Amino acid sequence: MLDQQTQTGQAVQSPENTAGNPLVDGGVKVAARNANVYYGSKHAIKDVSLDIAPNEVTAFIGPSGCGKSTFLRCLNRMNDIIDICRVTGDIRLDGEDIYDRKVDVVQLRARVGMVFQKPNPFPKSIFENVAYGPRIHGLVSNKDELEEVVTTSLERAGLLNEVQDRLESPGTGLSGGQQQRLCIARAIAVSPEVILMDEPCSALDPIATAKIEELIDELRQNYTIVIVTHSMQQAARVSQRTAFFHLGNLVEMGDTETIFTNPEHKLTQGYITGRFG
Amino acid sequence: MKPESGTINTPTQKMRATLRRRYAAERRFRAYGIIAILLALAMLVTLFVTIVGNGLGAFVQHTVRLDISIYPQDIDPENETDLEALARANYQSLVNDALYSLFPDATTRRDRKDLRALISPDAKFVVRDMVLDDPSLIGQRVSIRVPLASEFDQVLKGNVDPAVDFRAMREGITEIPWSLPAGERLISDAQAGYLQQLMRQGEIEGSFNRWFFTNGDSRNPETAGIWGAAVGSFFTLLVTLALSFPIGVAAAIYLEEFAPKNRLTDIIEVNINNLAAVPSIVFGLLGLAVFLQFFGLPRSAPLVGGMVLTLMTLPTIIIASRAALKSVPPSIREAALGVGASKLQCIFHHVLPLAMPGMLTGTIIGMAQALGETAPLLMIGMVAFVVDVPGSPIDPATVLPVQIYLWADSPERAFTERTSAAIMCLLGFLILMNAVAVLLRKRFERRW
Ligand SMILES: Nc1ncnc2c1ncn2[C@@H]1O[C@H](COP(=O)(O)OP(=O)(O)OP(=O)(O)O)[C@@H](O)[C@H]1O
Ligand SMILES: [Mg+2]
Repeated sequence: MLDQQTQTGQAVQSPENTAGNPLVDGGVKVAARNANVYYGSKHAIKDVSLDIAPNEVTAFIGPSGCGKSTFLRCLNRMNDIIDICRVTGDIRLDGEDIYDRKVDVVQLRARVGMVFQKPNPFPKSIFENVAYGPRIHGLVSNKDELEEVVTTSLERAGLLNEVQDRLESPGTGLSGGQQQRLCIARAIAVSPEVILMDEPCSALDPIATAKIEELIDELRQNYTIVIVTHSMQQAARVSQRTAFFHLGNLVEMGDTETIFTNPEHKLTQGYITGRFG
Repeated sequence: MKPESGTINTPTQKMRATLRRRYAAERRFRAYGIIAILLALAMLVTLFVTIVGNGLGAFVQHTVRLDISIYPQDIDPENETDLEALARANYQSLVNDALYSLFPDATTRRDRKDLRALISPDAKFVVRDMVLDDPSLIGQRVSIRVPLASEFDQVLKGNVDPAVDFRAMREGITEIPWSLPAGERLISDAQAGYLQQLMRQGEIEGSFNRWFFTNGDSRNPETAGIWGAAVGSFFTLLVTLALSFPIGVAAAIYLEEFAPKNRLTDIIEVNINNLAAVPSIVFGLLGLAVFLQFFGLPRSAPLVGGMVLTLMTLPTIIIASRAALKSVPPSIREAALGVGASKLQCIFHHVLPLAMPGMLTGTIIGMAQALGETAPLLMIGMVAFVVDVPGSPIDPATVLPVQIYLWADSPERAFTERTSAAIMCLLGFLILMNAVAVLLRKRFERRW
């Protein structure tokens, strides 16, 4: 275990092994309490408790292999598709336990959308890529509505201008950055409440990255966003709160400003100053 | 380290030495490859040249023009104009009469027997079919080409030592130009004379052998055709495809996507791989024991043949389909699940379309295997001599490779020719199927 400093004098009781303020006072969109994840016998996430506030961008940072993706994937149960993966603890979306037997994974994933590290549009047309979600969830009743949803989603993802006249061309024919924005459009087309992004810019050049970051900032108005990133600058630029993971532990979490200017834990200090990572 | 000539001590020099060896190895390997390909090509060319050389003749058949008077009293004495009665009528006498009228001198029984042997015993069916097609011909005198008996056809094609130089025969020499002494000749003096006369009169002509493509099997090579076997093959493959594609794909999807990974599914997997290596005749024996003896299904039927071949092709299809499913990038599955598709939707909307080209290729390879399969079909009686073209999958039938096997077994020279021709047709079908496989793959292939 880490040498931890127990925080006292907080409105909410803070988990013992995490520095900073992993929990929030106000509204909570997603709450995890003592979440543990095992891959077979490997303990990948150790007793993580944190809150994610609505309409904010929360960034997960940490060295490679520390479990950021693993934890992110717990939030929409994407880990279910890995046979050896086992999740314990309590993860709640709007107060409802998402690992409850009664919860329908399909519906959960419609509420908690995901954007992956590598742009992965379906090998179909741009239109079909965005229309797929609303169609399978029965969110639209006719063609006009569908077109409406597709256009607004593309619009919000900042892609509409670039693809307006070629909606029928394959989504895989776009540039990397456009593909990633297409994936974001696909995710927001089903009107999720939370969007999980796992290193959405790692395959992109600085200009495309800047566009996505801008987009994330805009999307914050309507969605709760959790983003995994390896770029400290990116975390600082887009997020309001930042969580630092290390070897499966949530070492420190707090306001992005605090984390980057005045971190409590020395591991965090070391990481953000680039002494290890 | 001082650079000295002759000694190898700097890294660059060492590298240069190994580099030379590496290039030599590469050149050697390329040479082996080219030799292997040339050898394979040479064998292929030899095969094709032999088959085409042997089989091309089968597409030509010599025929004799006969003027046949179709008297109603001969074939339809009761004036029924009923097709069944017409089919049963005696056309042989019409053919014989036409033949005798060409050679009024041949009056002895011996002469007439020799004369009748000139043309195919199946000539009567050619006449019958013509009359059945157009009953208004009754009472008329029609000119019709009937096939020459295969011995004489072969003699005219020069495939057997003719014992007589037919080119010389054509050229107005009255003397028959024998090339072999009496006793070693294949055809009698009288027959040579008849042939000579017919050739001079221009009644004999080699033309496209339509019977080869429209008839079923026959004891007489001149009218034996592959149509019956081709239709049999078609029905058999239809049954195979209809059974093995859905079963194979469903099994592959289940095993790959849904089956829990445990001992049982491991055993199933190993056994499927083993089944792919089981000799096909074993499946034939299984079919005989289960489908014929236990379930009492009809013998020699394409239905049963297709079921047996299904057993044989299933492992191929399952293995190919699983490989195709495995090769679909996981990012596509994640994308689909990420927007909230259920597992089934993910598979049917995204994974299957991407895996389809691979599955289809596997299926067509399996079908091509099935098309060329002989052994298991022998066990379930598809080796029977079937004259009629099958009309449905439960009629007795044979298939192309079995037909080839049957003909290859026949002693007549004409059947040898037809064997090669049938092989050409079979190869043609195989090439066609493979072309379709390539086409389908191209058509359905999508990049991601
Ligand atoms: N499918 C899996 N099976 C077994 N172990 C896994 C699996 N996925 C991840 N792990 C292990 O879990 C730990 C956390 O992995 P995770 O992918 O969450 O790291 P990460 O923080 O996202 O790293 P990166 O920044 O490199 O993406 C790693 O040690 C990894 O080896
Ligand atoms: Mg990761």
